[in-house]
Amino acid sequence: MTEILYPPLPAGTAVSSAALGMGEKPLTPARLAWRRYRRHKVAMLSTVVLLFIAFMCVFAPLFTKYDPNTQIRANGVLQAFLHPQHGHWFGTNDKARDMWANVLYGGRISLEVGFVVAMVTTIVGTIVGVVAGYYGGWLDNLLMRVTDLFIAIPFLVGTILLSRLPGTQAWARTIMGPPQSVRAVIFVIAVFFWMPVARIIRGIVLSLKEKEFVEAARAAGASNFRIMFRHLVPNCTGQIIINTTLAVAAAILTESALSFLGFGVDAIFTPTWGNLLSNSQDFLDGYPYLVWAPGLAIVLTVLCVNFIGDGLRDALDPKQLSV
Amino acid sequence: MAKSTGVHVISDDLDEDRRPVAGEPVLEIRDLHVTFRTEDGPVYAVRGIDLDVAAGEVLGVVGESGSGKSVTMLATLGLLPRTAQVTGSAKFRGEELIGRKPRELQRIRGAKIAMIFQDPLTALNPVLRVGKQITEAIRAHRSDVNESEAWKRAIELLDMVGIPRPEVRVREYPHEFSGGMRQRAMIAMMIANDPDVIIADEPTTALDVTIQAQILELLKSIQERTRTAVVFITHDLGVIARVADRVQVLYAGRTTEIGSVDDVFHRSRHPYTRGLLASLPGLAAPGRRLNPIVGSPPSMLFPPGGCAFHPRCPLAEEICSTEQPPLRAIDELHRRTACYFAEKLVPGVET
Amino acid sequence: MSTSEDGATTPTLEVRDLVKNFPVRGGGGRIVVHAVSGVSFDLRRGKTLGLVGESGSGKSTVGRCVLRLVEPTSGTVRFEGVDLLRLPNRELRRYRKRIQIVFQDPYASLDPRMTVATIIAEPLKIHRVAGDRAAKVRELLALVGLNPEHGNRYPHEFSGGQRQRIGIARAIALEPTMLVLDEPVSALDVSIQAGIVNLLEDLQDRLALTYLFIAHDLSVVRHISDEIAVMYLGKIMEHGPAEMVYEHPQHPYTQALLSAVPIPEPTLERTRSRIMLQGDVPSPVAPPSGCRFRTRCWKAQDICAEEEPALVDRGAGHPVACHFAAESPVALGTVPAAR
Repeated sequence: MTEILYPPLPAGTAVSSAALGMGEKPLTPARLAWRRYRRHKVAMLSTVVLLFIAFMCVFAPLFTKYDPNTQIRANGVLQAFLHPQHGHWFGTNDKARDMWANVLYGGRISLEVGFVVAMVTTIVGTIVGVVAGYYGGWLDNLLMRVTDLFIAIPFLVGTILLSRLPGTQAWARTIMGPPQSVRAVIFVIAVFFWMPVARIIRGIVLSLKEKEFVEAARAAGASNFRIMFRHLVPNCTGQIIINTTLAVAAAILTESALSFLGFGVDAIFTPTWGNLLSNSQDFLDGYPYLVWAPGLAIVLTVLCVNFIGDGLRDALDPKQLSV
Repeated sequence: MAKSTGVHVISDDLDEDRRPVAGEPVLEIRDLHVTFRTEDGPVYAVRGIDLDVAAGEVLGVVGESGSGKSVTMLATLGLLPRTAQVTGSAKFRGEELIGRKPRELQRIRGAKIAMIFQDPLTALNPVLRVGKQITEAIRAHRSDVNESEAWKRAIELLDMVGIPRPEVRVREYPHEFSGGMRQRAMIAMMIANDPDVIIADEPTTALDVTIQAQILELLKSIQERTRTAVVFITHDLGVIARVADRVQVLYAGRTTEIGSVDDVFHRSRHPYTRGLLASLPGLAAPGRRLNPIVGSPPSMLFPPGGCAFHPRCPLAEEICSTEQPPLRAIDELHRRTACYFAEKLVPGVET
Repeated sequence: MSTSEDGATTPTLEVRDLVKNFPVRGGGGRIVVHAVSGVSFDLRRGKTLGLVGESGSGKSTVGRCVLRLVEPTSGTVRFEGVDLLRLPNRELRRYRKRIQIVFQDPYASLDPRMTVATIIAEPLKIHRVAGDRAAKVRELLALVGLNPEHGNRYPHEFSGGQRQRIGIARAIALEPTMLVLDEPVSALDVSIQAGIVNLLEDLQDRLALTYLFIAHDLSVVRHISDEIAVMYLGKIMEHGPAEMVYEHPQHPYTQALLSAVPIPEPTLERTRSRIMLQGDVPSPVAPPSGCRFRTRCWKAQDICAEEEPALVDRGAGHPVACHFAAESPVALGTVPAAR
């Protein structure tokens, strides 16, 4: 009975899957997305720029000979407040430290905060969203009310209060590390960042779980866990990636804001773009370059990330890739 | 047409254009090509279609997915998105439609040429009362009709299409109507302005079979009464057998056969039509295997060269893959078919 | 009650008094949709029961209840002698291997992010079936008429008919005894439907499958079914051998249904007399008392509102649920099976 029923090929065509309208290689969703992403000129440019920025920050020693905390001296005299010049492209600050070096090394921290917050919040938010959306009922209610609670807490008040905990509470110090450390700042931001993802993922899951391929998995005997993490979450990949990308930008900005207010990473030995900005605000009148050096870094990075997010949103259009 | 109710006669007033006489061509489409620009490349949805409809007749347009049957009519009415490139000619009673300004097309759409769609739920605005949508359809084309007259007319129309208690239902919202009633409401909107041509795009496909029977009956009675030209697009050959006078069969963006409904069903001269009829289970003996057409309809990104049907055709030969067979007349009965081997298809003989 | 030859063996499927009510949101639990209101039938091994009805008839819900994809409100579903509705979840899983389902929508029934091979192999993975899964997948692909080398492709690269074949391959991967087919060809082009129907019939012969074939397309159902049950508003109106139901329908609804189906033959279609039903299907939230069909039935009398007609043989040889069951008043013009 196993007559092959796909169409007889026109004479002269090579016997390939191309004749059936298929390409030479499987058209994975990733390949489809990449093809579409490539068309976004701005997003592609932003990707290159961002990668370049990240590269410079990670491999900072290649791009500057100074340590961010080294005080520059010439003939024993502290060279503070040097204007941008050859050798010190961003000048030096009040403590005679090279700003270019500070921006590069500071970038490491800012980008680290950005990415780690984005990853952690996406994972937490996705899990909450999938579980709430899939199970529904009281669990959904509970999780969504918790989510609403977190949304209701004023962001700055919440982050500030939370950031003060390790200073006084030992258990907080164990989880979050010393007050105003990088780890603490990441924790503090992440706690208030996961909610939008949870809501978005829950929304997608609510519509996906009625689809027949989910019923099919259930009919085959798949466990709830399998359905959630093998079927539902992969079909949210588009939203997850987009959200992660935008969270990076938001986290970097938030870190800057917190540092500006004095609750970010401790400035004394660890520069971040945020605390560089914060420290320079007093000198805005006389030495504006001290402000726009880190400012430029932040703006450029955030802009690139947002453009990449735009490109991804188009490339990962759920209508094309999923049902 | 409104005269039959004996109540409010609106549409016949101030109508400058005369009604077409029976047999007069109302829609003439020539060499229509529609290509969609997509990111995967151009999709050749319609590749040279000619179509004629005369007043008083029902033309059944049959095709499966990818045949271009809907796109042809949407292109004629200018309802395609900007990514569509349309070339060719489509004349409504002598007036060219392709390339006309949207404002001018709006004057014709809904008034002279009316279209009903498959899913009345999406075609009807869910936040407007049904009566309001009908009155809007009327007043968009008749500035001399005021709101209360239009409302009365709406009630009349709902009654004409068989909706019980129309004076109550006219105030309801689409979601309060069942599927069949919504389709009736759409038909009411459509005939509100006495169109010269009605284009029905799969109007009953989404309906239950008993409701479909009612709607088809309604459409037939309206058509018989008003002698409007109707283009009835569907994939269901049973429906075609029921409503159509002439049939045009489309495949992969081209016409394969045109003829009277009798000719096409009993004396088809195209292997695709034959294959389609032969694959229907209704006519096969239970227990015996059905006869599918092998393969699938082609992707319109890469339409096959020559005759689009050749990869699936039992009669195909070399020439079929290289040269598109022209739509030619078989005999003096105005039947036409696009197949080099039409003569081999003697009626009644199995291929 | 069902007419079959081998009366000695236990039927593969015995459904008794199946009821499913769906609560309506906002109704406070009082308003329910009576999707299925007491359905009973037997299905014997190797046979096909066609379950026919329009929207709101409850036929799809019956299919899902049999698989317990939807939990029935009450009733029993005995599969090979075991009541599936009383089974704890762990044991139910074992039965999942023996009954499978093929869905209607070839575009929604396959996970778009998995390769075809992964989709087909998933049931094997879930039930930890030993052996070379890749080989089994290739075998299944060939069995349903697809190129075995295309397992690494994604669903969107296939046409509708091919996707449906993939869905069928997935359904038979665990070598089930029975398949529930929920409108398996409705979403496909006409010329493709025939190929799928042939495939299903071939598989039934080869693999000794039992089918519960749910559809609204009467011509397809007639072709593939041994018996047909006609449903309306959650109840079975008529149930008998396919040919009997088609050529000598006893229930007015069946007669109206057959009368309404357009026949692709112009002379017949235009000259046949037609039974035209008035009005719409009543809401399943408030089904009519007594016989549910009475609001649209030309034979309705007082007794129809007072007493619900039982599904019993009233002389025609198969059960009909009508107080006034009789041969059709008009020649329905259904095409008799060509001999």
